[in-house]
Amino acid sequence: MSELKVDQLEVDLGGRPVLRDIHLCLDRGELVGLLGPNGAGKTTLLRAILGLTGIRAGRVLVGGRPSRPGRCEIGYVPQRHEFTWDFPISVEQAVMSGRNGRLGLFRRPGVSDWQAVNEALDRVQLVELRRRPVGELSGGQRQRVLVARALALAPRILLLDEPFTGLDMPTQELLGELFTRLAGEEHAVLMTTHDLVAAVDTCSRLVLLNGRIIADGHPTDLQDATLWTTTFGVSDTSPLLKLVKAI
Amino acid sequence: MSITDFLTDLFNPNLAFLPKALAIAVMSSIVCGVVGCYVVLRGMAFIGDAVAHAVFPGIAVAFVLQGSLVLGGAVAGVATALLIAIFAQNRRVKEDSIIGVFLVGAFALGIVIISQAPGYAGSLQQFLFGSITGIPDRDLYVVGGAGLVILGLVLALHKEFVAVCLDREMSRSMGLPVFWLDIVLYVLVTLAVVISLQTIGNILVLALLITPAAAARLLTDRLGAMMLLSPVIGGLAAVIGLFLSWSYDTPVGGTIVLIATAIFLTAWLLAPRHGLLAKRWRRVGGPGRTDVTRRSSLSTPASAPAP
Ligand SMILES: Nc1ncnc2c1ncn2[C@@H]1O[C@H](COP(=O)(O)OP(=O)(O)OP(=O)(O)O)[C@@H](O)[C@H]1O
Ligand SMILES: [Mg+2]
Repeated sequence: MSELKVDQLEVDLGGRPVLRDIHLCLDRGELVGLLGPNGAGKTTLLRAILGLTGIRAGRVLVGGRPSRPGRCEIGYVPQRHEFTWDFPISVEQAVMSGRNGRLGLFRRPGVSDWQAVNEALDRVQLVELRRRPVGELSGGQRQRVLVARALALAPRILLLDEPFTGLDMPTQELLGELFTRLAGEEHAVLMTTHDLVAAVDTCSRLVLLNGRIIADGHPTDLQDATLWTTTFGVSDTSPLLKLVKAI
Repeated sequence: MSITDFLTDLFNPNLAFLPKALAIAVMSSIVCGVVGCYVVLRGMAFIGDAVAHAVFPGIAVAFVLQGSLVLGGAVAGVATALLIAIFAQNRRVKEDSIIGVFLVGAFALGIVIISQAPGYAGSLQQFLFGSITGIPDRDLYVVGGAGLVILGLVLALHKEFVAVCLDREMSRSMGLPVFWLDIVLYVLVTLAVVISLQTIGNILVLALLITPAAAARLLTDRLGAMMLLSPVIGGLAAVIGLFLSWSYDTPVGGTIVLIATAIFLTAWLLAPRHGLLAKRWRRVGGPGRTDVTRRSSLSTPASAPAP
């Protein structure tokens, strides 16, 4: 059984169809890249999986049960700008805020919670910076804080929204390695990205999305140029296709 | 007037209103200092302003009916806060416009209601600018009780307020009741405003909510320190402000707010890491402040500037 199963999903936003006929399976150990142009519905798909947006039809199963907010199986890493970086809080406290899902209202963090935070910080190599205010971090360090916050929940599934955007090559590489390692540790990882090179390099599977799923397979199975021209709506002469040929 | 004269007056049975006013001013500025931290960090200053104005019709009704002003203000403020939270769910009109609509609407209603009461001009001045006389004994208990309830709720829900403030989307995904937490926070802001109205007055009450918290934010990068520092600054401003107001016969609300403003400016100049002087000093070749000195921001509360 797949850890995550999206079945015939349809989502409308503001009365307009955004996602149609989405089928997607995600197993532990997989690192899947979700590619598509702006407005393709990538973020919407992640939000639907989390149960944050109403769905018109279909269903989302997490570990065989319908998804809803507050289930700790999914760790979510939203885009960096969703987080209030000028808040006076240290790295470790920011990561601890990810434990809220398990703590519940009124409860205070205990030993096991700090243990989970320590492990998460260790995973993303932020232990040294644990007491630094989050406002004094670089973009790459911030991204790692968000990943650690998701990991603090000890989830089985990780959803990452554009983790590479705005980061330089070495940082992308470091994060890519981290995601590969997490997949190797039996997490099911799904990430959206606009970075084709990084996606091909790190992902075991690519999903092309534009309102519906155009293709789903190993990078080397996606050589057909029409898949990419339909997904991104570009012409046959687009430089994108040169990149695809180089895969 | 010297401090000893002030103390003598404080214990003078003929001036019983003075210690009462001091107690209420200090309690309310402590509560506002704590709640104000969320207001400042979430950029909710405008909501604070709206709520401050929105309590006016409630106070007007209470005045006309000879009821409890605190209670009337609380009812009107909470009702407006709920209306704002509900209307803000509709994305077509932005939250600040919604707030603007209800802010002036409520204030207008208050003006119309109070104009129905004979001899309202003097009372109006009291509502707007605050006063230290004429506080009923009952209010002492109401303010104290409400203050304890507010602080208790802050203590209980702090973790959740922080999470929502940090990242709404993530909080939703973790199953936190974001909408209800917003409402509770609005209500807490309203109650903090209402219990402060007596001494500070409607127009200046926003300062009690914003200024101490903003000054505290300048002095530290740690939320815990900020939430301790802010009520200390507020309480200090209340004591000094009331003393000066009594000595020089200046309006009490205005004096307290001016002291708070002076503390804010001092913090802006003298803050240990980000203050103007610290920056200037670094530029002219003071020792570079690196990660090693960062820990010193922990000790900030101890070195809070005495104005
Ligand atoms: N709140 C909303 N109401 C109505 N339509 C929306 C709303 N949010 C998004 N949409 C629409 O849904 C579509 C999908 O948006 P989504 O944010 O999922 O795209 P995306 O693939 O994540 O794009 P990007 O690469 O720019 O992040 C877009 O066409 C957008 O206009
Ligand atoms: Mg997106």
